[in-house]
Amino acid sequence: MSSPARLAVAALLVAATVTAGCGGRAPVTVTITIHYSAFDLTDVHVPVGVPVTFVLVNEDPIDHEWLVGDAAFHEKHRTGTHEAHGDVPNEVNIPALETRRTTITFDEPGVLQFICHLPAHEAYGMVGTLTVGG
Amino acid sequence: MRRPWLSLAAATAALLITAAPALACGGLIGPNGAVNLLRTTTFAGYHNGVEHYVTAFEFAGGGGAFGSITPLPDIPTKVERGGDWTLQRLVLETDPAVREFAFDALLAAPAAGEAEVLLETTVDALDITILRGGGDEVGLWAKNHGFRLPPDAPEVLDFYADRSPIFMAAAFDADAAVERGQAIGDGTPVHLAIPTDNPWVPLRILGLGKSSAETVQADVYLLTDEKPALLPKAGAFTESEGLILDHSAAASDALLADLRSDAGMEWVPSEAWLTKVVIDASPAELTFDLAIDASGARNPSPVDAGFAPFGPTPAPRPPMALYLALAALLVVALPIGLERAARAASSGRPPLAGA
Repeated sequence: MSSPARLAVAALLVAATVTAGCGGRAPVTVTITIHYSAFDLTDVHVPVGVPVTFVLVNEDPIDHEWLVGDAAFHEKHRTGTHEAHGDVPNEVNIPALETRRTTITFDEPGVLQFICHLPAHEAYGMVGTLTVGG
Repeated sequence: MRRPWLSLAAATAALLITAAPALACGGLIGPNGAVNLLRTTTFAGYHNGVEHYVTAFEFAGGGGAFGSITPLPDIPTKVERGGDWTLQRLVLETDPAVREFAFDALLAAPAAGEAEVLLETTVDALDITILRGGGDEVGLWAKNHGFRLPPDAPEVLDFYADRSPIFMAAAFDADAAVERGQAIGDGTPVHLAIPTDNPWVPLRILGLGKSSAETVQADVYLLTDEKPALLPKAGAFTESEGLILDHSAAASDALLADLRSDAGMEWVPSEAWLTKVVIDASPAELTFDLAIDASGARNPSPVDAGFAPFGPTPAPRPPMALYLALAALLVVALPIGLERAARAASSGRPPLAGA
């Protein structure tokens, strides 16, 4: 199966998982794996008002980030000066060959992006879309 | 298009490192003004089963620390300062346009999960470490030692480690270079002696960290006992200059004598073949290395070129066509044999052999 096809199927699976969790308002878990500086899921759908736990698996021997937010948020981080993230649920550093978890409840529907803002990583393709609700 | 001065430019390269910690947010690192990209020039000589790999790290000014990681075909038995003019003399041999300037100038002047450290040494302001490990292990070692690896590094390191888990990490201390009185443009040549079956030259790593809009331009000099067979062949790309066989001829006596007179170059034979390959390709095109068969068999290895995966040969698949043919034969022959046997039994004669 081609890579885009795999991603599409993976996105559908995530959406299905999330949908199944919506009925009972049960927590939702989404696992995103990073390999060769690429997110294996680039189109993730989550519900509004439900805690979503993201399991971020870094299979690379280099550090990565997973920062989720709107366009203004990402513009700030493109030119920001943070040396590290970690205290904010939507700003996660994932050290080389490690896994991090973060739980976020999205209160409003919308379309966000998750991006690794380490130098050249966004240009390399480490960008994904997170659709809340809808 | 020829690039007279770029002919002195990088042939082996390079994962940039800096002494400063990587910042989480983008936009701060870029081309750090305090850290200047070093350029390297590469020569691979092969004689008596030993690859002599000479590369130079050029001081481009600035401060801090930076360096490179170079994949190697095998474990070097010697790492030392290279001679003073080998690389420059090779340039003069193939690019006389820079003869006067260049030759005059040269005459004037492990934690857990990390790769295993096989050798550590210092050459001028260069701290050199020979590593053995998989892509993850080498990447982790580099990260923990201040190397700032670009996002394509994990895949590229695996590409090499799958074939040869030996790497050279060279960290250049620009502050130390200044203290040593090194001027901008001064090169530090490093000479590695690597016993190996056939030499190969890493090319794919030249595109490391480069965007698709950039071009990889490099020169590789080869000195072999016989005219080498190369894979891929020069001119492999039709839409770009790609891989160019810029020079291929018996090395002149004057060149060999000059090379042999340089420090550490006494191994240079009395007769040899000089090849110069120019690389001018996009990073997307440069997905291979340069495999060299210097044995005369003219059979460069697809594995060494990165075209075939390294590893045990897959078990041979069952010869299905043969099985089907045998089954068909049985289907046809068995009834005939049974019929003949029955006839023989009824006539009192033995059945025909092989029927």
